[in-house]
Amino acid sequence: MTLTTFLIQCLNALQYGLLLFLVASGLTLIFGIMGVINLAHGSFYMIGAYMAYALAPWVATVLGGGFFTTLAVGVVLAVLMGYVLEWAFFSFLYTREHLQQVLMTYGLILVFEELRSLLVGDEVHGVQPPDFLTGSIALGDMMSYPVYRLFISGVCLALALAMYFVFAKTRLGMMIRAGSTNREMVQSLGIDIKFLYRVVFAAGMAIAVLAGMVAAPVSSVYPGMGSLVLIICFVVVVIGGIGSIRGALLASLLIGVVDTFGKVLVPQASGVLVYVLMAVILVYKPDGLFKAG
Amino acid sequence: MRASKWIFVLACFAALAVFGQVGSRFGVDLATKIMVLAVFALSLELLVGMTGLVCFGQAAFFGIGAYATVLLAPPDGPASILVLLPLCMLLAGAYALVVGALSLRTQGVYFIMVTLAFAQMAYYVVHDTPLGGGTDGIYLMVKPSLGRWLDLDNAQTLYRFTLACLIGCFGFLALLGRSKFGRALAGIRVNEQRMRATGFSTYPYKLAAFVISGALAGLAGFLFAVKDGFVNPEMMSWHMSGEVLIMIILGGLGHLRGALIGAFAFVLLQEFFKSEAVFGEFAKHWHLGLGLAIIASVAVLPRGLVGIPGQIAERLRGARAGSLRTAPGRGGHGAG
Amino acid sequence: MQLTWTHLARQSGALALCAMGASLALAQTPAKLKVGLMLPYTGTFASLGTAIENGFRQHVNELGGKIAGREVEYFKVDDESEPAKATDNVNKLIKRDQVDVLIGTVHSGVAMAMAKAAKESGTLLIVPNAGADAVTGAMCAPNIFRSSFSNWQPGYAMGEVMAKKGIKKVVTITWKYAAGDESVKGFKESFEKGGGTVLKELSLPFPNVEFQGLLTEIAATKPDAVFTFFAGGAAVKFVKDYAAAGLKTSIPLYGSGFITDGNLEAQGAAADGIITALHYADSLDTKRDNAFRLAYAKTFKMQPDVYAVQGYDAAQMLAIGLNATKGDATKAAEISAALGKATIDSPRGPFTISPSHNPVQDFYIRQSGAKENKKIGIASAKLADPGRGCKM
Repeated sequence: MTLTTFLIQCLNALQYGLLLFLVASGLTLIFGIMGVINLAHGSFYMIGAYMAYALAPWVATVLGGGFFTTLAVGVVLAVLMGYVLEWAFFSFLYTREHLQQVLMTYGLILVFEELRSLLVGDEVHGVQPPDFLTGSIALGDMMSYPVYRLFISGVCLALALAMYFVFAKTRLGMMIRAGSTNREMVQSLGIDIKFLYRVVFAAGMAIAVLAGMVAAPVSSVYPGMGSLVLIICFVVVVIGGIGSIRGALLASLLIGVVDTFGKVLVPQASGVLVYVLMAVILVYKPDGLFKAG
Repeated sequence: MRASKWIFVLACFAALAVFGQVGSRFGVDLATKIMVLAVFALSLELLVGMTGLVCFGQAAFFGIGAYATVLLAPPDGPASILVLLPLCMLLAGAYALVVGALSLRTQGVYFIMVTLAFAQMAYYVVHDTPLGGGTDGIYLMVKPSLGRWLDLDNAQTLYRFTLACLIGCFGFLALLGRSKFGRALAGIRVNEQRMRATGFSTYPYKLAAFVISGALAGLAGFLFAVKDGFVNPEMMSWHMSGEVLIMIILGGLGHLRGALIGAFAFVLLQEFFKSEAVFGEFAKHWHLGLGLAIIASVAVLPRGLVGIPGQIAERLRGARAGSLRTAPGRGGHGAG
Repeated sequence: MQLTWTHLARQSGALALCAMGASLALAQTPAKLKVGLMLPYTGTFASLGTAIENGFRQHVNELGGKIAGREVEYFKVDDESEPAKATDNVNKLIKRDQVDVLIGTVHSGVAMAMAKAAKESGTLLIVPNAGADAVTGAMCAPNIFRSSFSNWQPGYAMGEVMAKKGIKKVVTITWKYAAGDESVKGFKESFEKGGGTVLKELSLPFPNVEFQGLLTEIAATKPDAVFTFFAGGAAVKFVKDYAAAGLKTSIPLYGSGFITDGNLEAQGAAADGIITALHYADSLDTKRDNAFRLAYAKTFKMQPDVYAVQGYDAAQMLAIGLNATKGDATKAAEISAALGKATIDSPRGPFTISPSHNPVQDFYIRQSGAKENKKIGIASAKLADPGRGCKM
């Protein structure tokens, strides 16, 4: 492998890792901060992708907007949906065991997939990115790098910074972190923990939906896309340490590197490398790379 | 267990025995499949319900049992059950030993994910290497037998053999639960730190439970391979591990008959929602019905299907108590 | 009334006539033909399952709802593209519904289980898509037929085309699973025979769709062309990623037709100019195909694709076979003989059936552009799958 190729592969690894972080960060939020195992996270991602596809014509005709307007509309819808979902389905789960959450979110996956089938159908679709982002930057004589992928990486980094800022530096973040360690105490201090959790859940869903929308032009939109992403997201969260955003970021980048270079150097085993990585890390650091925070 | 619960379980087995005689060809086939899945579910119940270890990689042991059956069976004649069956269980148990030794260092959610990781590794070995015959799966050409009397190629014989395995498995786990070993597992499930604080070394017990569970899952795999005559890497996928976990949660954790009920309920619910006789054209969207049923069961049945008689009794008691009624059983149910 | 002989004669005559009429009427209504459709109605391949069923139904409707005089009754099972549940699902059709004919399926792993069950029970099986070589190879049987293709065929056809074009160095890329392996093997066979070399065989685990690293690898290897096999959502992504990486203009992309079939709307401009080989194309412009497409679009409000044609032809094959045995689906040997001699008048063009029961058909070279896969030539005429391992 020449130096140029190696550098380009590093760029690929970085970009894939950042995309993974974008998708997994919503899960870190809900799983890490609220302690709720949400198997339907992949479905939120799928909902985002299908929204990017289905809302675009409506946004264009009714609102006269383009890609970014669609993103905004999607996020607003996601926040509303998340709020309602949490109130209807999740709020009674906090006191139940993890496995009840597993069972219920498994049911939700089935429901979402089928609703998608009923509302939008089972076809494969493509989503067009905005015109000014469709170009490519030439890298050497053979290859060029799509500008849109750089845009995705940019969005991921911005989101990571925003999340870090909110959790570490704001009162809201402090309340959320407190609530994740001791729910009853926070309640007895007069903070409305139910409302807080609803906000966090809505935010987590919105991030997942945003990830789906932003990734849609690159990943295309098809049935079953949710379950592919779900397992990798859990791996990211677990390697990084549950509740740690720093950890999720590092874990995503690690997986990006292992996956990209694995495919090129060890194609026979590339499928399993990510899991070997996780097993090795957990054997040495049984609680993941970082503690919560 | 109270007498009524024993009677329920025995009645189930008796009903299954009778059904084997009178059921249609298809019915017997379906019941065989459910019984195999029930053995699989029981193996997981040992870990999750009795020991409190949530394993998300049970499908690996199941798959190893199934693949061993196919790969070790001679291509032209029937293998001997006496040789093949214990061998499959042994291999599945051996992998469980390895996985357990490495995973039991972790706790909680991390444990769940590490077991998943090891299951994925087994999956990829079978999926991507020539060892497992590739992604399309491999065929079991001739079904094993034991002399002249136990030819598993015969559907009736296979049914009875599976039922015997199910009863044997159930009985074994029931006895295990009552033994000192079982009590130790229960103690680990309720509060492991306390057990360790009393000087009890919990690791060997957890590992032993893991290996037994793996071997039983291997038994289920053997039965599945014999029934279908065909194995495929998807048997080891995390979807399979997820489904068996769903079965025991649906049925009710902490009770052996919960695994039994869960397996039956899960498969029969699917059949119900898929049937065109009931839903007509909408049967295509059976996932929706199944999903809603599962969500409803979580909302209404916090203890799983096994808790239905208990919940009804509480309601009746609560209604009778009138103004002296306290908050119903939520949270009053045992540990874990 | 008077009990005269003439009266009696008239009465008994009338009775006799009634009895004869009744028995004639009973003889006139043969048992319904139970057709079991085992297709993916949920999951990634759901749209393919629907297309196949639509195609099948279209031909049955053209025949007035009857095949060989028997009215067709449908039984459907969703196979979810899950091989672990396949045997149970197919047994639902065979043992519970007791179907006379099985039609299915898309996923090769599921089709393998179906083939075994069909072979063991003797039920007639027509596979309208799954290309697993083993179905008409090692697991072949007198009662198992295929109306689609074997994975080997499109790859082999493309290899011939590329070798003839003078392309020397190729990199292949596909998923690491049976269909991908068999497709590439078919390609290698004809391409190397034609004097070409396969520099690298790249693969990624199924169903992974992160292609960037491998695209970089392709660029670094600098082949003359790339041969690929992907289907469904992954095909859309691959073609778009390939174009976005700037490779479309520097290294021409070739492939088995599945990378563009049904995906052009989603792929957009990224798919322009890709050359593929398949046994069907969008603009064959034959009377047969035009009539088929018009009727299909009118009935189902969508354009047909190769999957719909395969379903349609499965119905044609069934009709030919059953007409030869007067509706008896158990006479596999006679059905086999009838289909072996027949030429099926398909929208894709006429094709025959090989001794291992796979279609012997023309493969077209297609170029994608302006939302259709336009036929620009014939890649391989009357290409037959070698049916390796088939002992019938």
